[in-house]
Amino acid sequence: MAKEKSNTAKLDFKLEYAAAPESKSSAKINSKYGLFINGKFEKPESKKYFDTINPATEEKIATIAEANQTDVNKAVKAARTAYNNVWSKMPAKERAKYIYRIARMIQERARELAIIETMDGGKPIRESRDIDIPLAANHFFYYAGWADKLQYAFPNKKIAPLGVAGQIIPWNFPLLMAAWKIAPALATGNTVVLKPAETTPLTALKLAEIIQESDLPPGVVNIITGAGATGAAIVNHPDINKIAFTGSTDVGKIIQRAIAGTNKKATLELGGKAANIIFDDAPLDQAVEGVINGIFFNQGHVCCAGSRLFVQESVYNKVLQKLRDRIETLIVGDPLDKNTDIGAINSKQQMDTILKYLKIGEKEGAVMHQSQCSIPKKGYFIRPTLFTNVAQSSRIVQEEIFGPVLTIQTFRTDDEVIEKANNTPYGLSAGVWTDKGSKIFNLTTKMRAGVVWANTFNKFDPTSPFGGYKESGFGREGGLHGLGAYLK
Amino acid sequence: MNRLQVLKTYKIYIGGQFPRTESGRYYTPLNKTGKPLANICLSSRKDFREAVIAARNAFGGWSSRAAFNRGQILYRIAEMLEGRKEQFINELKQQGSSHNQAESEVNTAIDRLIYFAGWCDKFQQFSSSVNPVASSHFNFSTPEPTGVVSIIAPQSSSLLGLVSVIAPIIAGGNTCIVLASEQKPLCGITFAEVINSSDVPSGVVNILTGKPSELVKYFADHMDVNAMVYCENDKDTQKLIQDKAALNLKRVLLYNDINWNNSEAENPYLILDAQEIKTTWHPIENIGGAKAGY
Amino acid sequence: MAVTQTNFTIPDFSISPKIDQIGVEERAKRFTARSIKTTSKLSGLKLVLNMIDLTTLEGKDTNGKVKQLCYKAQHLHNNYPDLPTVAAVCVYPSMVKVAKNALGNSGVKVAAVATAFPSGQAPKEVKITDTKFAVDNGADEIDMVISRGKFLQGEYNFVFDEIATIKEACGNARLKVILETGELVTYDNVRKASDIAMYAGADFIKTSTGKIQPAATMPVTLVMLEAIRDFYYKTGKMIAMKPAGGISKSKAALHYLVMLQETLGSAWMSNHWFRFGASSLANDVLMQLEKERTGVYQSANYFSID
Repeated sequence: MAKEKSNTAKLDFKLEYAAAPESKSSAKINSKYGLFINGKFEKPESKKYFDTINPATEEKIATIAEANQTDVNKAVKAARTAYNNVWSKMPAKERAKYIYRIARMIQERARELAIIETMDGGKPIRESRDIDIPLAANHFFYYAGWADKLQYAFPNKKIAPLGVAGQIIPWNFPLLMAAWKIAPALATGNTVVLKPAETTPLTALKLAEIIQESDLPPGVVNIITGAGATGAAIVNHPDINKIAFTGSTDVGKIIQRAIAGTNKKATLELGGKAANIIFDDAPLDQAVEGVINGIFFNQGHVCCAGSRLFVQESVYNKVLQKLRDRIETLIVGDPLDKNTDIGAINSKQQMDTILKYLKIGEKEGAVMHQSQCSIPKKGYFIRPTLFTNVAQSSRIVQEEIFGPVLTIQTFRTDDEVIEKANNTPYGLSAGVWTDKGSKIFNLTTKMRAGVVWANTFNKFDPTSPFGGYKESGFGREGGLHGLGAYLK
Repeated sequence: MNRLQVLKTYKIYIGGQFPRTESGRYYTPLNKTGKPLANICLSSRKDFREAVIAARNAFGGWSSRAAFNRGQILYRIAEMLEGRKEQFINELKQQGSSHNQAESEVNTAIDRLIYFAGWCDKFQQFSSSVNPVASSHFNFSTPEPTGVVSIIAPQSSSLLGLVSVIAPIIAGGNTCIVLASEQKPLCGITFAEVINSSDVPSGVVNILTGKPSELVKYFADHMDVNAMVYCENDKDTQKLIQDKAALNLKRVLLYNDINWNNSEAENPYLILDAQEIKTTWHPIENIGGAKAGY
Repeated sequence: MAVTQTNFTIPDFSISPKIDQIGVEERAKRFTARSIKTTSKLSGLKLVLNMIDLTTLEGKDTNGKVKQLCYKAQHLHNNYPDLPTVAAVCVYPSMVKVAKNALGNSGVKVAAVATAFPSGQAPKEVKITDTKFAVDNGADEIDMVISRGKFLQGEYNFVFDEIATIKEACGNARLKVILETGELVTYDNVRKASDIAMYAGADFIKTSTGKIQPAATMPVTLVMLEAIRDFYYKTGKMIAMKPAGGISKSKAALHYLVMLQETLGSAWMSNHWFRFGASSLANDVLMQLEKERTGVYQSANYFSID
């Protein structure tokens, strides 16, 4: 019998992903942006500007006005005038229609906004396109509908808007956080002075353009740019009734102190160090995906990131092996590339912070494991990082790193992991992975955290309230509960 | 000869015990006519510290107790208060109230306890939501107690103010440390005796007496206190509290514009002020697109 | 590829890992968002061709039909004399001899569906006979079906024993175990059946007969690939995978390759370890290759339907 030849083709096949960058050409970015006050872009009284750069290339994208005290005064005055003369008098139904209009216009310009978000902040285009921008539009859409139905949310309560809201947002979800802040404020009849983070001002300024096009009455939303000093000027402004801040716990405390003795109401959405807990009966492969998504989503620049992994000892080796294999398949690189899983660290400063923690971790005797992936030579990038051999007392376990860095601990019993998970000043989020329903409810009720994901992680929705316990802040954003933060 | 009256020694209430203040200090508030009311413990920051430990230890059990049971216990407090009505009327009169005022205050306090007893297993339904998220997840939000709450009770009232600030806090599953009215402290301690005989677990309510001016700082800056209630219209103290509260992001509840004598002080929003909203997510399986059963 | 270790304890299948549907479907969707390099795509499409089990499993199959299919298997397209052949031709046992003769020493394997395909509702003896007949006629590979009824009754030992028995009857032929995932319904069941099949001696695990909807989907294939990975972690033994039915487009096939690469790695990237059970996929791949070669979109009229 003739020898059968092999039909297994000797193909020189290597599955390589092609760079599939979104074209920057569909993003219209001015070289210079002023302050959006009273419906117009104005030159800053400060006469000062700063640059916003693309953290993936370290190239300058645009020049941004830096608001000083005088500029803040102008913005607050515009907001106050708009509140007194227009917005507080407008029928709620009409208010709703403006908010709906903004939602629609964000949807129409979603692609452009996604590209700009990715260029300015470094997050993968897949995330800005599929998560940030759609959620931002949906948030406006959700709250628009509340504007003329508020009394149904708070039965038997005399409700009224607070007045002018000063809102300060972070750099990790720039447009989405702007939406989280502006939409409920407008729906409840407040006017707004919003400051985006200095490293990511562009989508907020594009939102200002949208607001301008929407014919929203001038002064109802004012968007001013600048760094900490600008934020402080907003916080300390005597004619502001409400401060809404998302950012670090340290700054949150400064704000709470700054507004002590004033009548300003505050919503603070601050840091976190969430436990993500895997029991031995969990759907392990999905749990591993959840852990990956929990810590590497948006480069780990997520206040609710699942940065502390707890694995039941009986499945520890298995989970660790799966995690180590899985991080090798993560693609770190050009954020505009659709294949990219992990984009650029938002700024040089944040990269230095993360690198500092990597050193601290090694110094503490933790074992560091990073993926072998290549990273671009230019720009701010960090490989996905796992730390084992850590303890509750390790700094990398206690402190918020805000980067793609996961610490892994083991546990034996339910009580032990509940105690360890809650053993932190933070209380923003937690994750639980187990197939047993009664155990899920035991854990989810005992976690001292504002958002608990069971058998999933890092899910967000406009209808779903978000916010922390303890030092992760107070007040809720999203859903019916998010309205309360903007009403007397 | 008339029988010599036995005077009451007013002590403080910590973790279900009635110790004297560890400081050994006392003060003697006077009534309207300038007559001393009694020797009252001048609680120290160490007494407060002990009370916070007791409140923290009691929090886990009290917050996870069935809401229905918490309601029964609040109702029980009202029952016990009703039984000792005369004693409270007497104390209120000693502190300057007319008989009618005193009787009305005690009645309102009893009714207020019953009002909040009723909310114990209802405010959750009032403030929870099932959120219609756009993905295949079941998502619901429920209130959970904030934790340990420090309270400076209203100065103007001996009993009603005290009851009005304690009731919504414990109805919601929190535990608390309360500083009774400085000039009208008698009912505070007697109310502690009511609490102590009402099935309220040790440490859920701790009642101190003393001077707000000495203690407010510690009430505001203790790192294991999650929220603080303050009822006076004193801007400087409000500012001090808010400033110290920032150390651990305490929730500060200022109730200076509530009239405790009327129904303003009765609503579920007072319970919700010391609640955290927790949102829980879980995937919903939808295998095979099984058809609904209709 | 190497069987380094064959001694292992048989686990308790009632505690096979659980699968969360929403999670696995989210993960599977992510693979479809990868963009592949054009050069990679071209060699990938050729690999897809090489992984196809060209299939005809009809009551009306005849010698003539099978011969035509075998010709196609060896000469996919006249414009591409250097194209690889498909991996195998998959037929009923009665057609094995015809196929074997038609394929000669081309290297294209003959796979036979056996064990009372597609229902599997026959006594054990019949299934053994069915298998042996196919092997004796020259089948290189046997595609058996598991007894889904017994599985759903919870009689996992029965299912296990049956697979082990057929494996023995296969001799040197490689055994593909068809789970018929569309009838198992849940991913938990698919995972459990995968574990049973691998521990009982399967060389391949395969999703479907093609007779039941849904057949192969990305999430169900992912569940099985992850089972293979866990089995490999535990035993060091590689098991092959065959999604079958429902994959008819090149683009979809490339998504499967991405999933395979990111789940099991490059060691599995050959037709020894991965197959597509499909009949119309080959022509779509050829159309894509022609499109790349000529630069114009193609019509089905230019590709033979066999």
